[in-house]
Amino acid sequence: MKRKHSRLLLALYLAFTLAPIYWMVHMSLRSNLAITSTFAWLPESLSFANYATIFTDAAWYGGYVNSIIYVVLNTVLSVSVALPAAYAFSRYSFLGDKHLFFWLLTNRMTPPAVFLLPFFQLYTAIGLMDTHLAVALAHMVFNVPLAVWILEGFMSAVPREIDETAYIDGYSFPRFFLKLFLPLIKAGIGVTAFFCFMFSWVELLLARTLTSVDAKPIAATMTRTVSAAGMDWGTLAAAGVLTIVPGALVIYFVRHYIAKGFAMGRV
Amino acid sequence: MSPTRPVNQRAWWFVLPVLISVAFSALVPLMTIVNYSVQDILGPDQAVFVGMEWYQEILRDPELHGALYRQLIFTAAVLAIEIPLGIALALTIPERGWRSSLTLVLLAMPLLIPWNVVGTIWQIFARGDIGLLGYALTQLGIDYNYSQHPTDAWVTVLVMDVWHWTPLVALLSYAALRAIPEPFYQAARIDGASRWAVFRHIELPKMRGVLTIALLLRLMDSFMIYTEPFVLTGGGPGTATTFLSQYLTQKAVGQFDLGPAAAFSLVYFLIILLLCFVLYNFMKEQR
Repeated sequence: MKRKHSRLLLALYLAFTLAPIYWMVHMSLRSNLAITSTFAWLPESLSFANYATIFTDAAWYGGYVNSIIYVVLNTVLSVSVALPAAYAFSRYSFLGDKHLFFWLLTNRMTPPAVFLLPFFQLYTAIGLMDTHLAVALAHMVFNVPLAVWILEGFMSAVPREIDETAYIDGYSFPRFFLKLFLPLIKAGIGVTAFFCFMFSWVELLLARTLTSVDAKPIAATMTRTVSAAGMDWGTLAAAGVLTIVPGALVIYFVRHYIAKGFAMGRV
Repeated sequence: MSPTRPVNQRAWWFVLPVLISVAFSALVPLMTIVNYSVQDILGPDQAVFVGMEWYQEILRDPELHGALYRQLIFTAAVLAIEIPLGIALALTIPERGWRSSLTLVLLAMPLLIPWNVVGTIWQIFARGDIGLLGYALTQLGIDYNYSQHPTDAWVTVLVMDVWHWTPLVALLSYAALRAIPEPFYQAARIDGASRWAVFRHIELPKMRGVLTIALLLRLMDSFMIYTEPFVLTGGGPGTATTFLSQYLTQKAVGQFDLGPAAAFSLVYFLIILLLCFVLYNFMKEQR
């Protein structure tokens, strides 16, 4: 592709990406009456009333707090359990390793609709319903396999000689792993954390099924904007704009890691 | 996984936490579904073993065949558009500097919006009277109405999915491209290789591992798409955008047929598993 063509493609695609997001911002600054009655290329006035609703109502901002708690909990747990497993897959051969590696991914393939009921029963039975931990644990089903797959790619790119040299130098395994090995795959941990964060942040069905009041996520709070008076589009759009913020911050911080390489060319 | 790893059965201890944490939330629900799928559930404590009856029933269901057919076409279209487009975009993202950072953050934005909000925004965005897309198309003289015309609805769901998920492919491919060491490009320059030859013989082979993950993720996720079309079109008009998940939910929640719905879920799961397995092995052989 010639440089000019590639710039044009990127510019067109970014316009396509931003158009619906522009419309969401546009809606968030208007009243419900204006949104549903007249078309306008630009909002007539800049009204932050919809944002004020979210920041002053505990039912709204509480949703963000709940989501952030379980998403962070899930990301930390997923990456922590995935690290040793990915190391084992990348360094050793053991009974059933290949089957286990693929089996992990099959846990992302269950259609949610019917599985929601057993999830509800399971978490009720162990007394975790409506807690942040319940959602964090449930989301591990799809995030842990992804984390293992991504981290394994990064770890395999680190030459095995490094491990051997460390043993000869008298490093114990935990010290080698924490002090020497993990810093080498910082980039991979950053990228993995971003993907875990993202998939947990946008998931709605499980999060809604496992919570009612105390741990209710923001995405579920948003479904309550439907009332007898019709949809509250403006507030919904404002809430939507605010859901982008945490993830955008995360990607801003890990952007250099992404740029440094995702899997060094192998999985 | 490299083929020359030393055998060490104690590596199982490292895998154990993953196994426990995933199996805890995966195996119990899976077993419950298997259990439902072979019983007729009449009440909380009343169930009759019916064997393979539900499986036979759903395999003969013409509506399910329709939904499966629509699903296969939709997923094929998603992969055919998103994978090449994502790779093309990855090649155009600036390599360094603030432009690169800005592009990455802007590109990732659709990924970060909760799925029900994605559907809601597109619901307004595509409306002919008050939405940017619908209004612009109507002004151009195109007869577009996603809530009336089946084709418009189908295309809208597809465009929404492309908008939503192409960035995932682009981000993964971009990261893989950045990991290619400079000497490869230098060697190609000395040989006088064309831009296409560099892509075909250096970049594409180096991206294969990452593309395998991207392809598998897009395959399984688009096969289970539910929230976005549910909010946007509710599966209609008619059944134009009723994909497998939508139909399954109608059966499980709407008609409360837990037994057939469970059997359906398992068949559904096996179809995804089979497709992913074939694709995974195909990508591995290409190596």
